[in-house]
Amino acid sequence: MGVRTWIQDWPVYRQLTGTDPLGRGAAAQSPRSKALTARTETADSMARSVCPYCAVGCGQRIFVKDGEVVQIEGDPDSPISKGRLCPKGSASKSLVTSDRRQRTVLYRRPYGTAWEELDLDTAMEMIADRVLAARADTWEDTDPHGRPLNRTLGISSLGGATLDNEENYLIKKLFTAIGAIQIENQARI
Amino acid sequence: MAEAHPVGFQYVVDAKNRGAKVIHIDPRFTRTSALAHTYVPVRAGADIAFLGGIVNYILSNEKDFREYVVAYTNASMIVSEDFRDTEDLSGLFSGYDPETNTYDQTSWAYEGQQGDRETQDQDEAAIDRETASGLEQESHGPPVPADVPRDPTLQHPRCVYQVLKRHYARYTPEVVEQVCGVPREKFLEVCEAWTANSGRERTTALVYSVGWTQHSVGVQYIRTGAIIQLLLGNMGRPGGGVMALRGHASIQGSTDIPTLFNLLPGYLPMPHVQTHETFRQWIDAIRHPEQQGFWANAEAYAVSLLKAYFGDAATAENNWGYDWLPRLTGDHGTYQQVLNMIDGKVKGYFLLGQNPAVGSAHGKAQRLGMANLDWLVVRDLYLIESATFWRDGPEVATGEIVPAECKTEVFFLPAASHAEKEGTFTQTQRMLQWREKAVEPPGDCRSELWFFYHLGRMLRERLADSTAPRDRPLLNLTWDYPLHGERGDEPSGEDVLKEINGYDVATGAPLPGFAALKADGSTACGCWIYSGVFKDGVNQAARRKPGRDQDYVAREWGWAWPADRRLLYNRASADPDGKPWSERKKYVWWDPDAGEWTGYDVPDFEKTKAPEYRPPDGATGVAAISGDDPFIMQGDGKGWLYAPSGLIDGPMPTHYEPVESTVRNPLYTQQANPTRKVYDRSDNLTNPSPPERHTEVYPYVFSTSRLTEHHTAGGMSRQLAYLSELQPEMFVEVSPELAAERDLEHLGWAHVVTARSAIEARVMVTDRLTPLRIDGRIVHQLWMPYHWGGEGLVTGDSANDLIGITLDPNVLIQESKVGTCDIRPGRRPTGPELISYVQDYRNRAGLLPQHHTPMLTKDSDDG
Amino acid sequence: MGSNSLYGPLDPAPDAGYTDAPPRMGFFTDTSVCIGCKACEVACKEWNLIPDDGFNLLGTSYDNTGGLTANSWRHVAFIEQPAANRGGGTVDALAAAATIAPPGRQPEFLGMPMSDLPGRTIDAPRSDFRWLMMSNVCKHCTHAACLDVCPTGSLFRTEFGTVVVQEDICNGCGYCIPACPYGVIDQRKDDGRAWKCTLCYDRIGDGLMPACATACPTQSIQYGELDELRSRARHRVEALQEQGVTEARLYGHDPDDGVGGDGAFFLLLDEPEVYGLPPDPVVTTRDLPAMWKRAGVAGLAMAAAVVVSFLGGRS
Repeated sequence: MGVRTWIQDWPVYRQLTGTDPLGRGAAAQSPRSKALTARTETADSMARSVCPYCAVGCGQRIFVKDGEVVQIEGDPDSPISKGRLCPKGSASKSLVTSDRRQRTVLYRRPYGTAWEELDLDTAMEMIADRVLAARADTWEDTDPHGRPLNRTLGISSLGGATLDNEENYLIKKLFTAIGAIQIENQARI
Repeated sequence: MAEAHPVGFQYVVDAKNRGAKVIHIDPRFTRTSALAHTYVPVRAGADIAFLGGIVNYILSNEKDFREYVVAYTNASMIVSEDFRDTEDLSGLFSGYDPETNTYDQTSWAYEGQQGDRETQDQDEAAIDRETASGLEQESHGPPVPADVPRDPTLQHPRCVYQVLKRHYARYTPEVVEQVCGVPREKFLEVCEAWTANSGRERTTALVYSVGWTQHSVGVQYIRTGAIIQLLLGNMGRPGGGVMALRGHASIQGSTDIPTLFNLLPGYLPMPHVQTHETFRQWIDAIRHPEQQGFWANAEAYAVSLLKAYFGDAATAENNWGYDWLPRLTGDHGTYQQVLNMIDGKVKGYFLLGQNPAVGSAHGKAQRLGMANLDWLVVRDLYLIESATFWRDGPEVATGEIVPAECKTEVFFLPAASHAEKEGTFTQTQRMLQWREKAVEPPGDCRSELWFFYHLGRMLRERLADSTAPRDRPLLNLTWDYPLHGERGDEPSGEDVLKEINGYDVATGAPLPGFAALKADGSTACGCWIYSGVFKDGVNQAARRKPGRDQDYVAREWGWAWPADRRLLYNRASADPDGKPWSERKKYVWWDPDAGEWTGYDVPDFEKTKAPEYRPPDGATGVAAISGDDPFIMQGDGKGWLYAPSGLIDGPMPTHYEPVESTVRNPLYTQQANPTRKVYDRSDNLTNPSPPERHTEVYPYVFSTSRLTEHHTAGGMSRQLAYLSELQPEMFVEVSPELAAERDLEHLGWAHVVTARSAIEARVMVTDRLTPLRIDGRIVHQLWMPYHWGGEGLVTGDSANDLIGITLDPNVLIQESKVGTCDIRPGRRPTGPELISYVQDYRNRAGLLPQHHTPMLTKDSDDG
Repeated sequence: MGSNSLYGPLDPAPDAGYTDAPPRMGFFTDTSVCIGCKACEVACKEWNLIPDDGFNLLGTSYDNTGGLTANSWRHVAFIEQPAANRGGGTVDALAAAATIAPPGRQPEFLGMPMSDLPGRTIDAPRSDFRWLMMSNVCKHCTHAACLDVCPTGSLFRTEFGTVVVQEDICNGCGYCIPACPYGVIDQRKDDGRAWKCTLCYDRIGDGLMPACATACPTQSIQYGELDELRSRARHRVEALQEQGVTEARLYGHDPDDGVGGDGAFFLLLDEPEVYGLPPDPVVTTRDLPAMWKRAGVAGLAMAAAVVVSFLGGRS
């Protein structure tokens, strides 16, 4: 920065020489203020999404910079929401980015009194083993009249109303194929 | 609506600014009431009395839209002379069996049809209740034959119109006032506004939030609303309808593509061991061979689903794999499951974005059930109460759960958020909207698509060499989803959506819609009602033409099932001749020159079937629908004012008191729904209601609901600072009168007691709650939000701990919007003293081991 | 220096030295359609990355953030207005109940409700009980005392006529806080600096709406050119008056008021005091010009001398 620039940036100079003799406006504007721009404008990408809370289905725009979500706001194109969001929808960025969010697998062994760490692959293997064991232990081929049942009542599942259709489809398909029928979600509640 | 769906409420504000009158009916003055012209306080649990009063007003003043009613509803159909009404039988309909607490519905049939049903097995009604079969009719009516005697003059004493009129004749403004606590003038104001704003030129929308479903007569609440809307000609027309404001981003989708025990995708029933033993029985139970309507093609939908599931392994010879499907034997709903967990029958439990420790009725039963599993998998964004019950749950404080003695193995697997995966949500108007993925999920967070794909892959790998018959369906499952993404291990949501849409088995080409489905195995389709969402190979759910560049129907945004219809049954927006009822309300109409239906929406009718079309004798299925029958999924093409079959608890809605009430049913001997689903167990007690004794132990009515600032069980809101600061503590709202009666101090502590538990909350004394005069007595109501639990930035007791498990018989949803309780100043006891405190209340209320809440109420009970 | 730069009507941006200033921008907050959802509070915090205000149940209806603070730049006030005349206090419900016979199988109805509880009177049901809600915000005064007293130049007038604290300049002296006639601007405890609504200076510079107005579900918060908003507000009041909402009135819209009119003004349904707003705010620096006429010349001369010395040193 040359001295001239430095001086010309000095508020008092600008105040005395410019159009803002009281130094309350243009002369007082700091370089930071002058350079301010909305982070939605400088985002690397924007994904068009839908609010994850209630079933109104408000459109959201998710702005991403350097692989991080930097802003979530209403999508003005949506004929449902016209760009508006309620307090929960407006808090979506916190929902996604909060440091309170659990980002690693936790494991509590039987009779344990504290959480332990567990890597994801091991957890998946353990869960697969337990599904098969529970199914084997509780399998019912037929009812007392000899009619086919092909099922287990040893496995339950609850959830789906906050998930995608594609996810619910795979959940129901897989559970049906392994004979697990006790599949429920918030729609029953 | 302003409380729980603020962005949807913008349309109410718009309408109000254009001169619409806004009426809000609610037990408590809410943020919606604040903007309404008229607020009508009502007693929780008395909605059928209120709405039945409106039906009576319409019928006794002949305010119905007669031309619509005669042409489009079953008003003119003649009911069997065997039918007896609640007016004749002290609150029961004919056919009640006190052994099973269900109805033989034979006598409810139309004239001349009851003989067809004499084969009805006495326990079929019980099976229907246990399997929530009413849900299977979300998209179609139960079976009725096509040709029914009719009296278009509506004068026949047994025509539906007259039956309805007699049934509701006693629901006078005086009775509404007596039962609901609504002054007659207020009630008549509602009646006049609703009827004046309905008819040829105007329509009225009925919007409810799904608290309506959470009653022991929940389905009949909504039925009553539907009867009013049919009588006033508000169905299938713009600005009309009955609209549910649902509470989760894709709760509609999770019903359409169900994660529900009794359904397969597209409302096909899960096979029942007895009624669906063979493939043919299953198909015929869905399509009813003699019936009209689009369900006649059910075999094509069902076979295509099995082809989508089992691919080449599904052949005509093996009934497309039908025999591999698991069978229901009764009630396998979430509450039955939890009680089975307590009884040690369930080994493993998956929780997928759901927090039953706080969000389901009877929190203690939920937590004790989870504490008695072999293993539990919790998939969520945050550590919710259902993941930490073994360490921090209320039962740890009371000693009912001892961590070192709790065997449940718990896996917490962090989930991907909505920003971290692609896929569709189906919002509350049946519209699918595609979400683009913004970022990769962090750490171990994964989508359910990832989790279930890989779980399935691993199970299949483990069983690859199995020859056991039970493993055939898993090994035959089509599960070869290509993997993508930065880690190269993520299935593509679009690939799954294409399977849901359906494809030609030979070419793999996407199908244009459900009309293209075949029963010969040449098509596969994961959910027939969603067929068309990938029409032309284009993800129709991802369409995003800005709303401002379209007309108000906005058909180029997202995709709505079925067949992208935005308004169901929209044939009814035109008169029987196919002309719009009025220019002002035109929506879909017949273009005689082009020989087709046209308008602002996809016509919900065969495009080229003329209004004057009449089916030939003996026609069935789609061909049997007349050109003036708009309700094309119903067995008779009509909107049903009277349900001759299909509902467990009666052909017409009838006021029953909530299971827990402080009031003796002023209308009938029968106190509560005589067909409700109960679990009569010592760990699921019900507070006494009249005419039982000791009702004074739990003298107040309570209701629970949401706050704008929080979301259901709090897992997505109490973890966030910006929401937690807005509503930081559990509280209970009471009127100044109740506060005075119980010495409750504003902002002080109070505790609320039921037969299940006692919880504490801070007191909010507010004029937004008001005592009501019911049947000559003062009834105090109090209100609580149900968002709190032990985890998060803000914590507190859970209102759902107060609520017991009693279910609506049609859909097995719990009564959690009304109950009775006591409220006392100060905090509740802690530790084991809490248990003895609650037990003392039970003792005083007579809830002793030999006590059973009666289902059937007799005159002599009033003693 | 214009003679009325510290008082009376004017267009503040040109007055503050912007030669080709864009139109003055502001908020019109129409409380008659506010549903108290607080989306404005959350959207503001998410955008401006503001700390939470603590988790305290205040018991003032549904308001738990308490007011505009350094950490709450939008604040929704809730006012529960019971019936003006509750007819002799609370109802003795037990006594009333005791007069009624126990219900039998032929229940008889024993007359009309006896109290004037909300929704219970026939004569004047709507005026009986009101739940007023208002999203409050910095007023962005035409004559902003906070700005006038700021010794560091941290507070400044933007080209949009809004008043913004520059966080890189503020040294936490706190002079602005007592100067505000509305009690809006506030010091943040941990860093000592002053904070308040910027009218999303970073967004509006890019042609976007402020975060609160973007989110507001019912358009209670409207953002736009102040002249246009004022005219819109006049029409809105007229429309409401015609609908019988005679209590509708504007607040902060008048350029002749004590602060020269607000850049953020309101449609209220009751007296300003009911919402916690001062009925007749006056810029606290109203008398400054007279003082400056005595003291200003000396100060300016000193400042000029400093500049000259710099200029001299340059060559």
